[in-house]
Amino acid sequence: MLFLFAYPMVEGIRAGFTSDLTGALTLDNWGRMVNDPYFTRAVRNTLLLIVVVIPVQFLFAIIMALLLQAKPRGTALYFYLWAIPLAISDLAAGLVWLSIFADQGYLNSVLVGFGLQPFSWLSYQSPGTQFLAVAMAEVWRATSLVLVIIVSGMQGIPKDYDEAAAVLGANYWQRLRHITLPLLKPSLQVALILRTILAFQTFAVAQALTGESFPLLVGETYRWYSALNNSNVASVYSLVIMAISMITAVAYLRILRDQSRQVAK
Amino acid sequence: MTTGTRTPVPVDLAPLRSYRRRRGLLQVACVIISAFMAVPIYLIAVAAFSTRAGLNQFPQPFYPANFGTETMSTFLSSTGITAGFINSMTVGIGTLLLSSLVGAPAGYAIARYMFRGKDSYQLFLLFTRALPIVVLSVPLARVFLAAQIYDRPVAVILLHSALALPTTILITSSVFLAVPVDAEEAARIFGCTPVGAFMRVVLPLALPGMAAASIFTFVMSWNEVLGATILTFSQRTLPAQVLSSLADSPLAYRFAGGLVLVIPALIFIAIMRKYLLNMWGTTIR
Repeated sequence: MLFLFAYPMVEGIRAGFTSDLTGALTLDNWGRMVNDPYFTRAVRNTLLLIVVVIPVQFLFAIIMALLLQAKPRGTALYFYLWAIPLAISDLAAGLVWLSIFADQGYLNSVLVGFGLQPFSWLSYQSPGTQFLAVAMAEVWRATSLVLVIIVSGMQGIPKDYDEAAAVLGANYWQRLRHITLPLLKPSLQVALILRTILAFQTFAVAQALTGESFPLLVGETYRWYSALNNSNVASVYSLVIMAISMITAVAYLRILRDQSRQVAK
Repeated sequence: MTTGTRTPVPVDLAPLRSYRRRRGLLQVACVIISAFMAVPIYLIAVAAFSTRAGLNQFPQPFYPANFGTETMSTFLSSTGITAGFINSMTVGIGTLLLSSLVGAPAGYAIARYMFRGKDSYQLFLLFTRALPIVVLSVPLARVFLAAQIYDRPVAVILLHSALALPTTILITSSVFLAVPVDAEEAARIFGCTPVGAFMRVVLPLALPGMAAASIFTFVMSWNEVLGATILTFSQRTLPAQVLSSLADSPLAYRFAGGLVLVIPALIFIAIMRKYLLNMWGTTIR
């Protein structure tokens, strides 16, 4: 474990601060990263994707979990269908949605069927729809993880609370707001941290859907490493990603813990 | 007018109707979400089994009108796919074996001997799972180059095991926790050695959960793209092969590749359905 985690990290930090030509200590790699025109776009895209996708996923997953909780006919089948994306890699998810958003794909076929003009969804000329496509694929792929965590959290909540509240006259929304969601908080917290950290690592979806024209941080690391053949700048990128995800995780833990303390008081 | 003599008891049907309406809405909502989840998979299957001429047709038909295995067989016979499949299998099974061999004893230790610092250890495991793969794989590539195991399946196995170990340990520890200590103690009283008790009593009880954990590991390794791409050059795993030839390959190739990568997921979830909730439920707390 030490060899596979600690050593690469030390090595990565060292590589980030040394020049690829002379081997001397330098901050050049950082300058090259920051001055790269793709860098700001990659940071912006990554953060925007997280800010947009994660709330949608949580809303979706909570609704889906509540629907399953109501035990419709065929619950087992629904759960199977909704959990499938859990095991689909982000590369595969990107390719699946490529068949829909491609110029001659299914979405444009539907549009033409309704007599509308086809639209080039994934063209670099329309970053808005590129973003939409990537966000769509991400929601499709990663909501199941949140769903599974929330459903298993819901199963851990004793029914008694809910029934007691119902007997005392609370309606569905009141019970949801004051019983289910507060008791679900540990699960939501775990799901939130896990999802955010994993969301920083999204890259193959964008790669499959848009190629290089929708840069994300991890995608840039890959580009610097493989296409531009500069592992020093790639190391700098990976250090940035690690720093951001650690800060986010710690911030979540802090904020959520402080809130629960206030509740306890 | 015989029935008119008795006034019919007024039955309030409103609650029943609203109940039925709510059940109906529930089904509709479930079907809509299921469609959102399943239709993309259906569409890529249609695309992957269309003839090349069919794929150029526009608008695309939504049912397999141009059914043909041409696209699929071209993909399967293109360079690096068979080798990639074999590499993926090797790496997946290797990762599974290595992480079970190391992870299962560690999980057992956490479950049985509540050693000090258990909580912080579990937190540490969670954090290592959170560690971005790139952070590890770029420096590891340098290390493996130096150690001359770069571009071999072994390199990817080592990386994937490191990634999978935290999860394996958490899952196996929850599996062992579910096996009652009493059973183990009873075996000891009846004269089993500690190892014997473990082999004859604990292991059979823990086996289904362990199997679930190892399938999980396998799928994780099967799906992992970035590390595998960075750590290999010619000995690509299947997803790495698809990713690296993505830019200069026709759409047909990408669709077929997408479907091939999706199929294991369908099988995996079908097998794992029962364990999914237990796994995430108990491990994560």
